[in-house]
Amino acid sequence: MHEAAPVNPFVALAYLVAGVCFILALRGLSSPTTSRRGNRLGMIGMGIAIVTTLVTHEIASLAEILVAIVIGGVIGFVIARRIAMTAMPQLVAAFHSLVGLAAVLVAAAAFLNPGAFGIVGADGEILPVSRIEMGLGVAIGAITFSGSVIAFLKLNGNMSGKPILLPARHLINLGTLAAILALIGLWTAAATPDAWMFWTVTALAFAIGFLLIIPIGGADMPVVVSMLNSYSGWAAAAMGFTLGNTAMIVTGALVGSSGAILSYIMCRAMNRSFISVIAGGFGAAGGGDAGAAATDRPWKRGSAEDAAFLMKQADQVIIVPGYGMAVAQAQHALREMADMLKEEGVTVKYAIHPVAGRMPGHMNVLLAEANVPYDEVFELEDINSEFAQTDVAFIIGANDVVNPAAKTDKSSPIYGMPVFDVNKAKTVLFIKRSMGGVGYAGVDNDVFYQDNTMMLLADAKKMVEEIVKNLG
Amino acid sequence: MDFISILSIFVLACFVGYYVVWSVTPALHTPLMAVTNAISSVIIVGALIAAAAAGSPQAKWLGLLTVVLASVNIFGGFAVTERMLAMYKKKER
Repeated sequence: MHEAAPVNPFVALAYLVAGVCFILALRGLSSPTTSRRGNRLGMIGMGIAIVTTLVTHEIASLAEILVAIVIGGVIGFVIARRIAMTAMPQLVAAFHSLVGLAAVLVAAAAFLNPGAFGIVGADGEILPVSRIEMGLGVAIGAITFSGSVIAFLKLNGNMSGKPILLPARHLINLGTLAAILALIGLWTAAATPDAWMFWTVTALAFAIGFLLIIPIGGADMPVVVSMLNSYSGWAAAAMGFTLGNTAMIVTGALVGSSGAILSYIMCRAMNRSFISVIAGGFGAAGGGDAGAAATDRPWKRGSAEDAAFLMKQADQVIIVPGYGMAVAQAQHALREMADMLKEEGVTVKYAIHPVAGRMPGHMNVLLAEANVPYDEVFELEDINSEFAQTDVAFIIGANDVVNPAAKTDKSSPIYGMPVFDVNKAKTVLFIKRSMGGVGYAGVDNDVFYQDNTMMLLADAKKMVEEIVKNLG
Repeated sequence: MDFISILSIFVLACFVGYYVVWSVTPALHTPLMAVTNAISSVIIVGALIAAAAAGSPQAKWLGLLTVVLASVNIFGGFAVTERMLAMYKKKER
């Protein structure tokens, strides 16, 4: 059996260097110009952590480990190369599920062979403090896994994006959470801990991850994906405590805070509390009625020809993309349109709402993919004052984020959410598939019926392509 | 390492994370998620220890399986981040 290895200062130093590399990797993302260097540092940090672990442990069979790394590496690399940019939210959710599962399996391996991890106490049992860490690690890891699987299925369209509401779900969830915590406590306090406690915690945590995410609707997924990102970090940190490994603790803390901040940013951008998003059920009711009432009001329909003409005459056009652009894969056609407008001397800018799309920064990646320079893309607070001096606001696949009801109608479910003041632009061009559907929040949008609004009813990509033809 | 030293590192790292992540530009939030996902796979360290150790064959196989999963994440996460970051370009002037 292995003794707990005495801590070699050089080993501790190597893990610390790896941790610092990870901090610098995130720091690099403060600007696109430094981001790639940051990513390379992240890779170096990971390399240091892996090599350090391999050279400082007695290895029964190195070949097996290398084969495992190569198998995983090839799979990961191929996925990363082939995945479509529009599928990035699903991919991130799937990757989160792997981190969660990895945390569970590491905790299980530590449970089965605690000697290898140096966490056995004098009485031959796992140290109580390690039991707390492992219990929390396995629970958070399991929640991350099953929650991310559900998020993946919803984002990938294998499962309806609609909230699924179980009766008494809050009671079930809180009861399960309490049971998990109580069992971890029991397991820690027991003089001769029973194995069933550890495995029951694992099973309950898998169940709650599933239960927590099914009632949450598709458009709240940015918050969910960020939250699960955060959990995957806390799970890694908990296992880092068990192993006394600085690189894991630093990384876990970084990832945990990162996900928490992203969730906070998303919630703020919807003016909803984190609790209300996690409680779920948003957008489950009301959509039908509001949609039906909408058809009575007069609205103007435009053609691609009208749109091309209006934009050609404009000094400035602001494009507001939303999830619909991603669904229609319209980003390349959109950039082509913008290029032609620029040739006509029109200033073109893009306005991105923090919750546009299905994950933080989703729209920015798609526009970058279509070669839109990032300095033409602006955040909400930086561009919102410009709509009043803009000739055309071009809305493609967005809805709730341009709804003035968020400012004026106190009874609206989206009241208080920061929105683009597109109604202040001289003309609004609104691409939408049909007048029937309303946004995720299920509320009607006054912008549709404004005198200066022209509805362009079609698939986003086809409409933009038509406009491009008319510009040529 | 004793528990308090570990806890100190953890708490300080949370603060570092807080300030570093707020400085990330919103345009790069998707790459941020991809790269945090890749680095949280540093949990592979635990998997390697389990896979390397003799003693429990079950723990060893769990360890090896976890090494595969974490490697998918590490290589996939860094590669997809690299691919995304390569797309961000400035205006040509």
